[in-house]
Amino acid sequence: MIDFDAVDRALIVATQEGLPLVPQPYAAVAEAIGISAAEAMARLRRMQDSGAIRRIAAVPNHYALGYRFNGMTCWDVADGDIAAAGTAVAALPFVSHCYQRPRHLPDWPYSLFAMIHAKDAESAEGLVAEVAAALGDLSRGHVVLFSTRILKKTGLRLS
Amino acid sequence: MLVLDDIDRRLLDLYQRDLPLVARPFAAMAEAVGVGEDIVLARLARLSEAGVISRIGAVFRPHRCGHSTLAAMAVPAERLEEVAAVVSAYPQVNHNYQRDHTLNLWFVIAAADAAEVAAVMTEIKDRTGIAVLDLPLIEDFHIDLGFDIRWS
Repeated sequence: MIDFDAVDRALIVATQEGLPLVPQPYAAVAEAIGISAAEAMARLRRMQDSGAIRRIAAVPNHYALGYRFNGMTCWDVADGDIAAAGTAVAALPFVSHCYQRPRHLPDWPYSLFAMIHAKDAESAEGLVAEVAAALGDLSRGHVVLFSTRILKKTGLRLS
Repeated sequence: MLVLDDIDRRLLDLYQRDLPLVARPFAAMAEAVGVGEDIVLARLARLSEAGVISRIGAVFRPHRCGHSTLAAMAVPAERLEEVAAVVSAYPQVNHNYQRDHTLNLWFVIAAADAAEVAAVMTEIKDRTGIAVLDLPLIEDFHIDLGFDIRWS
């Protein structure tokens, strides 16, 4: 856990809706919170170096790009195998997120989550098969949950 | 749906991972793609308006600022709208998806600390009478959140 000071938080709040589309976006954000452009960029760089910011990017909306089949694939992997399994799955280029989460027995035995995105059902099945192949015997069972409706989606919110 | 040309595709391919952290990032992108800065700004505005880009900015690593968890509920079909509305109304809930499983409502709760996350979860359970499964992140295996776009 990283502690943000008041200026970091102000910077996060000022940028969480996105950077302004102007030639000098960091200067515009800095001016809005009363710091210099150089300080704003230095603070963002520090948050990037510390890992708090994973990337600064133009974040594509998979759905708008035609990826209508967004599957949360969930795998039952023994605790002792989770590091090997997670590393193998995370290395697949089409997996956008790969997390270990706690299982809740008996209803939810799955401990490894990997998100896949496809344009049609057949491609989605193919990707699930590729994940299964990467896991081999490490998987003791799995389910794939497709999102049928996006009810709410916003970026990080700090207030 | 918006038709994306080669410039749009290259902007997305190149900058869904890392936007240059320099004074004039769009000028740097323009140089890499071989067009003017004004073209890049216009394209990004168009892609944002069309919803192809959801946001241009920092992607925060989960758990690094504040606390968050993934929560799941098994909601009877006839109560889905009502329960989804209760869940989505919380400002601490930033993603809420309906999924095709007995556990059909999946959402992320993010707040300043663990106590606030737990309080929201308890309140949702009390208000709806439905159990809320708590699935916090234990380990993040992924390094780069970028995603291989298949254009064809």
